[in-house]
Amino acid sequence: MSKDVWTIVSIVIVAALSALSVAAISWGIDNHEIGFGFWIGSLLTMGIMSYLYADNPFYKFTEHLFVGVSASYWIATYYWTQIDTNLLGRLFPEKTSFLGMTIDFSRHGHEQNLWYLIPLVLGLFMLARLIPSIGWISRWSLSFVVGLYAGLRSYGYLQSNVMQQAKETFRPIIIPGDFWAGFNHLVLVVGVVSALLYFFFSKEHKGMFGTISRVGIFFLMVSFGAAFGFAVMGRISLLIGRFDFLIRASTAENGYPSIVVTVLMVAILSILAMKNKGKGEDEDELFEP
Amino acid sequence: MKRRKGLMRIGLLSAALLLVLSVSAFAQDAEPAEEAPQEVYDAPPAPVTNLIAKDHVYDSGKEIDIEFDRSADDGSGADDVEKYEVYRSESGSEETLVTTIPAMVSGGDRRVIIDDSNGGLENGAEYSYRVLTIDRAGGSSETRLSGTVSPSGEWFDFKKINMLAALVILVFLIKFFIRKAQRGEEIYLRPVAGLQAFDEAVGRATEMGKSVLYVPGIMDLDQVETVAGIIILGYVSKMTARYETDLEVPVSRSLVMSNAREVCKSSYLSEGRPELFKDDMVHYLTDDQFAYAAGVNGIMLRKKPAACFYQGKFYAESLILAETGNSIGAIQIAGTASPAQIPFFITACDYTLIGEEFFAASAYLSQDPKLVGSLKGQDWAKGIIMIAIVVGALVETLNVLGVVTFSLKPLLAVG
Repeated sequence: MSKDVWTIVSIVIVAALSALSVAAISWGIDNHEIGFGFWIGSLLTMGIMSYLYADNPFYKFTEHLFVGVSASYWIATYYWTQIDTNLLGRLFPEKTSFLGMTIDFSRHGHEQNLWYLIPLVLGLFMLARLIPSIGWISRWSLSFVVGLYAGLRSYGYLQSNVMQQAKETFRPIIIPGDFWAGFNHLVLVVGVVSALLYFFFSKEHKGMFGTISRVGIFFLMVSFGAAFGFAVMGRISLLIGRFDFLIRASTAENGYPSIVVTVLMVAILSILAMKNKGKGEDEDELFEP
Repeated sequence: MKRRKGLMRIGLLSAALLLVLSVSAFAQDAEPAEEAPQEVYDAPPAPVTNLIAKDHVYDSGKEIDIEFDRSADDGSGADDVEKYEVYRSESGSEETLVTTIPAMVSGGDRRVIIDDSNGGLENGAEYSYRVLTIDRAGGSSETRLSGTVSPSGEWFDFKKINMLAALVILVFLIKFFIRKAQRGEEIYLRPVAGLQAFDEAVGRATEMGKSVLYVPGIMDLDQVETVAGIIILGYVSKMTARYETDLEVPVSRSLVMSNAREVCKSSYLSEGRPELFKDDMVHYLTDDQFAYAAGVNGIMLRKKPAACFYQGKFYAESLILAETGNSIGAIQIAGTASPAQIPFFITACDYTLIGEEFFAASAYLSQDPKLVGSLKGQDWAKGIIMIAIVVGALVETLNVLGVVTFSLKPLLAVG
């Protein structure tokens, strides 16, 4: 089958699944009660995980579905939480008529605030890119955003990343009666100063300067190692969560969705791989439909 | 008959005895009432007086000053005041205990406190106060503020004067070294391995006839890392224009897409190859973190770029991207200031710009006097901070040892 046919088949499958989900919701049927959600969840989970072996049609389908659904989800979310609620809700808080249309955003309960005309105009400027002759106006909006956040962040970072952290490093390095507390503080001060020295760019790292900056690298690597271990533990818990879902889904009353999906997926990929064997140089090309 | 009279006498005698006993018992019961000590009436403490609440001047509009004179029974009179409790209420909400102050053992008659509620007060909102004076017996008396008070902000918040000083010093240093760089004075920049590999990576992609993938992180333009990533993209896109190498920039934010397109377009223009620039080389995928990661993975697996750049703000998707890039054999250069993601890039990429190196990259790559001078100025600022840390730690040590009685911490405290 050609790629176009595969694309059409994929779209039909997604449309059918979406329609079925919407119908189930409108009929008051909980997807989990009939195991439908488990089947979809198992298919998508295994589809994404199949990437660990190689690129294949299941991964492509799941990836495109994920990207498409999330993009449309965020557009809808931004519209309803920002444009509808925050912008139009504040510009037109009462029911009014405009060019023969009735505008009613009173449900948000805001008071009128005409300062919001500025973001409206800046937003419209961004859309000017659609007309090439006046597309340059969109740079004004971009400049506003970049300049505004540069100013805001410079203060925030100076306060939290410089002043606050420097203040917290003002620790006594000798504490009578508590040697280890003092030693801890000494390690902290040496670590901060040497790591800062590593980030000196305008001086060559040689001699004493180089030695101290190497101590700084040592401290940085220790902290990165600790962060790595901590983050890996978090990721493992995510993986366990996914496996937990697959195991929970795999019950007799649901029809063993995760097992059936896995077996079918392996079988289809094996057939595709055998069919295309010797055609391509890359492992991924084995799964080209 | 005789026997009957005898029985009657015994009955009368018993009744008389019972009467005598009852009267005596009643008399005993009544006795304590007659001898009970006289009850002492414990009067409530005298309330505080001259309660005033007013807006705290030269603040950001989130503080109120409260003043009152101590109770007449605090340190004088009955001298039994234990504490004062200050309550605040806002119309339509419950009363909140602001603070509890012990009785004044020393000092003047007037007490002043600042209610900031950790920034919980609202600029312009109206608040009313009452002070409860509580004595050791548990008795209390209250003083209410007549009317309400609302905090308001001023142009200058004097608690942040140290921030102003720090900013002025920083700006002065940066400006000073920018001037020096613009006058043509040479400013030394030490070599950074990751930055020297940029040319190598694009050159490799050109030689292999494959594309360059540039990922500017997953956050919007409100993050400095994203801005830094787009500045570096300008340099990379200049190289791809010069070498006629394909460039692909998938983004996860619409504003980043617009900005990145502008940057790439001007790079191709400045290299004299505007015809090679296509809007589609910078394209939007999705705002969702993991969907974006899945999309970029798909691009990597299908197009197999020879060089992958990850320059910007990253979260949990960092390792997914870097591992996929590694699996396709691409040369990978990452740069981020997200401390939690640097370890993943270090393990999976060929070169990683960590923290400040990433921000310094634009100065290195462009050699623009403004950026190079700014880097030198920042180095000086770092030097001042290091000296401050060492001196601050020494002063704290001397403080603990009893040699000095002051601390430098308040100098850096920002209200």
